[in-house]
Amino acid sequence: MVLQRGEPLVVAHNVHKRFGSNEVLKGISLSVSVGEVVCLLGPSGSGKSTFLRCINHLEKVDAGSIEVGGRFVGYERRSNELIELPRRKIAQQRANIGMVFQQFNLFPHLTALENVTLAPTRVKGLSRVAAEAAGRELLQRMGLVDKADAYPAQLSGGQQQRVAIARALAMSPELMLFDEPTSALDPELVGEVLAAMRQLAREGMTMVVVTHEMQFAREVADVVIFMDGGVIVEMGTPAEVLDAAKEDRTRAFLSRVRRGPSDQTVETGGDA
Amino acid sequence: MVVVAGVGAVWSLVKNPNVEWGIVRHYFVDGLVTNGVLVTLYLTFIAMAIGIVGGTAMAVMRLSENPVVSAFARFYIWFFRGTPILIQIIFWGYAGAIYPKVMIGIPFTHVTWFTAESSSLITPMLAAILSLGLNEIAYFAEIVRGGISGVSKGQTEAAYSLGLTPGATTRRIVLPQAMRIIVPPTGNEVLTMLKETSLVSVIAGRDLMTAVQQIYSQNYQVIPLLVVGGLWYLILTSVLSVPQRALERRFGRSTVSAGTSGVRRMLFGTRQRARP
Repeated sequence: MVLQRGEPLVVAHNVHKRFGSNEVLKGISLSVSVGEVVCLLGPSGSGKSTFLRCINHLEKVDAGSIEVGGRFVGYERRSNELIELPRRKIAQQRANIGMVFQQFNLFPHLTALENVTLAPTRVKGLSRVAAEAAGRELLQRMGLVDKADAYPAQLSGGQQQRVAIARALAMSPELMLFDEPTSALDPELVGEVLAAMRQLAREGMTMVVVTHEMQFAREVADVVIFMDGGVIVEMGTPAEVLDAAKEDRTRAFLSRVRRGPSDQTVETGGDA
Repeated sequence: MVVVAGVGAVWSLVKNPNVEWGIVRHYFVDGLVTNGVLVTLYLTFIAMAIGIVGGTAMAVMRLSENPVVSAFARFYIWFFRGTPILIQIIFWGYAGAIYPKVMIGIPFTHVTWFTAESSSLITPMLAAILSLGLNEIAYFAEIVRGGISGVSKGQTEAAYSLGLTPGATTRRIVLPQAMRIIVPPTGNEVLTMLKETSLVSVIAGRDLMTAVQQIYSQNYQVIPLLVVGGLWYLILTSVLSVPQRALERRFGRSTVSAGTSGVRRMLFGTRQRARP
């Protein structure tokens, strides 16, 4: 099914998730349209990353449902119940949803190009030659064409994250999920990754981004969502949420974040 | 001091007339002994092959989400690691005493297609292979499990997010990375196995130790023949540790590290500095 721009691609309905006795998501409902960029903001522990991971079924939802492209991810409806699909079927669904992780999670035993071509050859059954041609093109788009044969350990954090974006794009996903893609980067490397994401947004990719980058949210997002304590506190355009927040919790969070990046650059637990 | 004492000990052994070096030299190349060396090598390789293939499968089963599969693997590992290998060897050697006949047919009926005496079916050689191989599966499974557990969860998640099935993720992502952790102890396992095969002498397994025992039980030259056996085991273990080092170099490849802190974070976890 090919959806048109503006039609809902992700529809989450009353999503609940608990880890043991800790309820992390307390009924999240939202909709993301094709071509839209949605930024999820919120303090750590607010459930935003967990929600993102529910979208491609890296986490199971306990109640509620998430549909992507009109299909439940990880489940199918039988009579009135949602039954978890076999893992092979879930894998097929995930192939349409790209994900970029905070820790990059590149495969360290494969070169940059092999990282990018693995899934197209294994999952889509593309020939090696075709996958490599497409892979090199993607790496070029990410400004990494000369790094194709480098192993992840030989790349900087920013380069690794751009390879990770190329790797996800290689599956031609209809949706891209970003889980704090710049949080593990040294400050001087954040810009190159955000630039790649901006480019992607301009090309019309549907994106759900968990981030602390306010400037990025302001410039790129169509919708900004502020989450706290497992619920959506506020959602709207960047101007509505970032400049004219109605809720106290949102304002308190924003002022904490704005007060300066000093606490973000502190390296903890290190003896250098 | 230690060196002097060591040299002295060796020298006293070399000059000791009770060791009978002439006899050692004679039996070192005796046909029965050299044949025993070949059998020992053969047993080592077969048992390790069974152990590596079976142990990898057993480790994957042990980590399976299916509780029945996982429980079976857990039981297997518990059982084979919890009983002495010597008992297992003797058990297989005397399996015929428990089940004198082996039949293939339909249970609880008189329909049989195949009948054989256990003693002719389970030769000492087969008993040796079975006991060493089945035992090694349990030990190797734990090594592989350690290797798999050493691969970060993010790797699996990244593979899943790309649409790889759990099987493909294990084969293409997890196991190749686990190899780095698995290879060094595997070398040790091979050396341990080589020496462990000497235990099959209790069921006349025709290996090096069996040969040595057979000879000294006839000519009573116990010490010289033990020296013969010991020297052969030393030579074999020394030779086998060469490919081990080559393998370690090969699988250490992807750990070459660059200097940026992002890389260190990826390799050693979040916001942690590598030691200088």
